[in-house]
Amino acid sequence: MNKKNGILVVLGIILLVFPLVVHSDYYQHLIIIAFIWVIIGSSWNLLAGYTGQVSFGHAIFFGIGAYTAGILAMKLGISAWWGMMFGGITAMLIGLFVGWVCFRLRGPYFALATLAGGEIFRLIATNWEALTEGMVGILIMQTFRSKLPYYYIGLALAASCIYVVHLTMKTKWGYYFVSIREDQDAAASLGINIVLYKNISLLISSFFTGMAGAFYMNYMGFIDPEVVFSLHFVSIMAILVGIVGGVATIWGPAVGAFVMVGLQETFRSAFFGLAPKWVSQGHALVFGLLVIFVIMFFANGIVGDWEKIKKIFFKTRETT
Amino acid sequence: MLNINGIDIFYGDLQVLWDVSFSVKEKEIVVLIGSNGAGKSTTIKAISSLLTPTKGSIEFNGVRLDHLPPNKIIEHGIVHVPESRRLFTGMSVEENLIMGFLRGESKVKRFETMDYVFELFPKLKERRKQMAGTLSGGEQQMAAIGRGLMSLPKIMMFDEPSLGLAPLLVQEIFEMIKKIKSEGVTILLVEQNVTKTLAMCDRAYVMENGRIILNGTGKELLENKKVKEAFLGI
Repeated sequence: MNKKNGILVVLGIILLVFPLVVHSDYYQHLIIIAFIWVIIGSSWNLLAGYTGQVSFGHAIFFGIGAYTAGILAMKLGISAWWGMMFGGITAMLIGLFVGWVCFRLRGPYFALATLAGGEIFRLIATNWEALTEGMVGILIMQTFRSKLPYYYIGLALAASCIYVVHLTMKTKWGYYFVSIREDQDAAASLGINIVLYKNISLLISSFFTGMAGAFYMNYMGFIDPEVVFSLHFVSIMAILVGIVGGVATIWGPAVGAFVMVGLQETFRSAFFGLAPKWVSQGHALVFGLLVIFVIMFFANGIVGDWEKIKKIFFKTRETT
Repeated sequence: MLNINGIDIFYGDLQVLWDVSFSVKEKEIVVLIGSNGAGKSTTIKAISSLLTPTKGSIEFNGVRLDHLPPNKIIEHGIVHVPESRRLFTGMSVEENLIMGFLRGESKVKRFETMDYVFELFPKLKERRKQMAGTLSGGEQQMAAIGRGLMSLPKIMMFDEPSLGLAPLLVQEIFEMIKKIKSEGVTILLVEQNVTKTLAMCDRAYVMENGRIILNGTGKELLENKKVKEAFLGI
């Protein structure tokens, strides 16, 4: 076993044992939220990092997944756990539509189209009250009172999402995705159907994001359009998770998810009550500064530039 | 083999090609020459289906190519080695070559073809694991040509392969093109390096302002007064 696999096994064991050792609901909750972000970040990374189609609208798929599970549970009484499968599939269908419309556009125009798309879906969810209950939101009964089952389901989902991205990138699809990112015309000239492969990337990405949304519905028991279709809390956060952790790396979004959730919580709680209350308003500002810092100095993110970071922070230890 | 019949191309409202017609026969080296903006690159982009003509047709061995999507062109045995190489810079040399083969025969023979490419360009073999973006200009051009060869093309179209290369390297690249031709691949070359290309080609077409104004064998054109004035400054 090499060093990298060793680290993975140790991390895996720590994550598996964590909730058995730390009984605090609060910390378990934070890690469950981080798992959700691992899924969204990894999905976003497959589309934006590896395939080069930067999406500013991943809230579309997250929201669709959450609403599919919520509506099925509320209106038809179908367990929201089934909703996780349907949520993923519905998000995929919506992804197909989004791809059909948006992949006619390239580069910044694709990003802008997804940005607009996210807002469109938020407005639909807000106004189509007969289906979505509008701003009132959807409330369902959670299946479990303990956080433990959610913790392990989240962990399994996050792990399988990372594993699927890893597998995909090892097949010829992975090569095609990267070639599309690098040069669309050259890729097309080499016989790659760029529209088809962009859509495949989007479908995988939207499926997992939709599952994450449906899991969120299950876990939180309540959603409304302002939360699950939020530009700021979902679409932008997905990009931050990807960029901070490392775009186009397998583990980047996982690292990014934990860093961002940790930071968000630190600020939301005003440094766990140690700092004055107004600090909690500052998290958006700090996220902005963090992104500027990362892009300027570690453009490949924490994972992508790990060697560089190691050199800077552990230099003294190595030389002695 | 390849027939271009009276094509017009527009970039938006702007017409850049006017009734362009020419042909390439099997196992020839045909050159399109012309100054910047004459429409040479546009022409071969049209053959690659990256641009669609509004009038006229493009035929290859009797098959209409215009209106096919760009990814279908390579299946007919046509390879485009684009201007300024357009390699996948974040992939290694080997991965770039792998991207060049797709299906059928070229996939079955990919390792043989790769050995052949490494034989043609021994430098690529040394750098096979290196990122394509870190190669020198000449090496990148070699990799781009190698990537084109991986699909076992019938015809290769080169868009200014000498661009930005030192004279010695230019010579080397042209030697390679001749060698590829001698293996039975037809060549369509777009160039600004008029003297060298006219000397090595079978036939050439001269483009100006989106039209073909002259054609003939390389030798004829080298003697032509207009070519001398316009391109050679004599």
